Amino acid sequence: MEEKLVFSRPEALTDMPTHYCPGCHHGIIHRLVAEVIDELGVRENTVGVASVGCSILAYDYFNVDMVGALHGRAPAVATGVKRGRPDSVVFTYQGDGDLAAIGTAEIIHAAARGENFTVVFVNNAIYGMTGGQMAPTTLDGQRTQTSPAGRDPHLAGHPLRMSELIATLSGPSFVTRTAVNTPARINQTRKAIKKAFELQLAGRGLGFVEVLSTCPTNWGLGAVESGQWVDSHMIPYYPLGVFKED
Amino acid sequence: MSEKILLKGNEACAMGAILAGCRHYFGYPITPQTEIPEYFAKHMPEAGGVFLQAESEIAAISMVYGAAATGRRAMTSSSSPGISLKQETISTLSAGDLPCLIVNVARGGPGLGCIQGAQSDYFQSVKGGGHGDYRLLTLAPNSVQEMMDLTILGFELADKHRNPVLILSDGVVGQMMEPVSVPEPVTSFPEKPWAAVGAKGRPKNIINTLHLNAAVCEERNRELQAKYKRIADAELRYEEIDTQDADLVLVAYGISSRIALTVKNRARAEGLKVGVLRPITLWPFPTEALRRLAERVKGFLAIEQSAGQMVEDVRLAVEGRAPVAFHGRSGGVMIQLDDVEADVRKLLGR
Amino acid sequence: MARTVFHEEFCKGCGLCIEACPKKILAFAEHRLNHKGYQAVDCLRPEECTGCAICARTCPDVVIDVYREAGQAEGS
Repeated sequence: MEEKLVFSRPEALTDMPTHYCPGCHHGIIHRLVAEVIDELGVRENTVGVASVGCSILAYDYFNVDMVGALHGRAPAVATGVKRGRPDSVVFTYQGDGDLAAIGTAEIIHAAARGENFTVVFVNNAIYGMTGGQMAPTTLDGQRTQTSPAGRDPHLAGHPLRMSELIATLSGPSFVTRTAVNTPARINQTRKAIKKAFELQLAGRGLGFVEVLSTCPTNWGLGAVESGQWVDSHMIPYYPLGVFKED
Repeated sequence: MSEKILLKGNEACAMGAILAGCRHYFGYPITPQTEIPEYFAKHMPEAGGVFLQAESEIAAISMVYGAAATGRRAMTSSSSPGISLKQETISTLSAGDLPCLIVNVARGGPGLGCIQGAQSDYFQSVKGGGHGDYRLLTLAPNSVQEMMDLTILGFELADKHRNPVLILSDGVVGQMMEPVSVPEPVTSFPEKPWAAVGAKGRPKNIINTLHLNAAVCEERNRELQAKYKRIADAELRYEEIDTQDADLVLVAYGISSRIALTVKNRARAEGLKVGVLRPITLWPFPTEALRRLAERVKGFLAIEQSAGQMVEDVRLAVEGRAPVAFHGRSGGVMIQLDDVEADVRKLLGR
Repeated sequence: MARTVFHEEFCKGCGLCIEACPKKILAFAEHRLNHKGYQAVDCLRPEECTGCAICARTCPDVVIDVYREAGQAEGS
């Protein structure tokens, strides 16, 4: 009886165990990006740009050339990388603190210019690496270390919906929000990331894939309950869907 | 090579960059350096290069970081407040061993200050404008010709040592016009096997400056310090003019060195034994040369368009062996020849 | 016939695979921790595994390899 390996670690991931907490969705999203890189056969031509936050060590996990950017600067660094080597396949991997607070200017302007790279934006509504502080994406009423009574919109404003904001610009070719808290959504997210990479390969400009993610540790929930919280709390404010498609 | 053309300092700098093989410029408008991005906007397309006006100074230096990470000769320029904004990334470029060129056409500070030329960014340039133990190889042109020549040299030294190089100019040198001999373009460039261009047929390259393990971070710092020592040993540049018999040595860089030279010439015409020491690299600094002179001169006069910054390094070099006086104007006001001359006479007891 | 191979040293015991398995044949190992001290996962009834790989696709730590008989369709 002959058997074949139908699922295993993609080549575009190193075999280094990640530092992510149990149940954190970063690992799933990393793997999806790596699967797409393998599927498109571009591993040896890809340069990834890691950001600051929990995903800072992404440069260790992706088995492609990697550049570590300072906090929020990944889209500007990726601009330099892509302008430096237009034939490379370039992606940034950024969390919500990085992309939607300190790096807002960089992502908005990279998107406005239609820079030809792919942005993977992981939104878990909190600063994870520093221990669970309020993020620009923290939901109204959500308790964090810096909003202990729950986010007060009178004090902190309402959370930013980055996909909707980016989709108003003419530069990006593709803007979508997905999640990875069910097997079907994991599959949809892989397709979305693949589409964004394919658009880059076709020279069509910036692809922006926002992926709703969990932070079991800082949300104070179990891994399974965190997935349910994405449904009950995040998706109502951050609806899934395609916001722009050229 | 023989024919001279009339250029502004800022234009000469940009032209020099293209001659040095720089094809990636990222910048942001700020006075008095704006002719640099304007030159690239006009001439990068015909050189087949990239000119990109960034959304901020921070984005511009980040783009330089990205392009340098792919092995390209990349550059940004700005003036004092803009250079302040870039400091986090400048520290990171040095920590990441990324060669690139940063040009500061300095203006008066602090804060927004003024738009006239000044030399009050010396501390920022050579004492670590950003965080951590790092060094910038800093070149200080004093003419339009040197704006071109030191820009070309800067790219060469950046690649040679895998370190960012800073051109610390000022609004006067940047804005003034002089005839310039244009050298031949650079045609030979080093291989950069460390660059992030795709891991084709080799293990992946990582450009990274995070070392969570303190012992690893310390080891990385040792490597960096060894690099800075190699640079300090190999790249010190300065000139001494009429110092052999000098009683008083004027120490000045950049635009102030032009004033120092004129004062020296006038003094010599009167029979006063005055010499000039001009640092061309501000880091590394000509500490040994000053120490040697301190054994036999009667004193030094540091001249700067600032409230007194480089003078501290002169005093550190001299270590009390000879008196060190200071003459400066800050806030973008030019030093006057007659005022310096008066100081020279006073110091020499005339 | 299909089978799963758990690279247990990568497992963090989050249990997402157990929750995701449509056949409900995965469970925490009662008396086995991996070298990091996380509770490992066992396949209780391997003969029921269809090789759908949903467990592997849900796992954040790429713990699970999935094998299927040649010619066996996905999820069959």
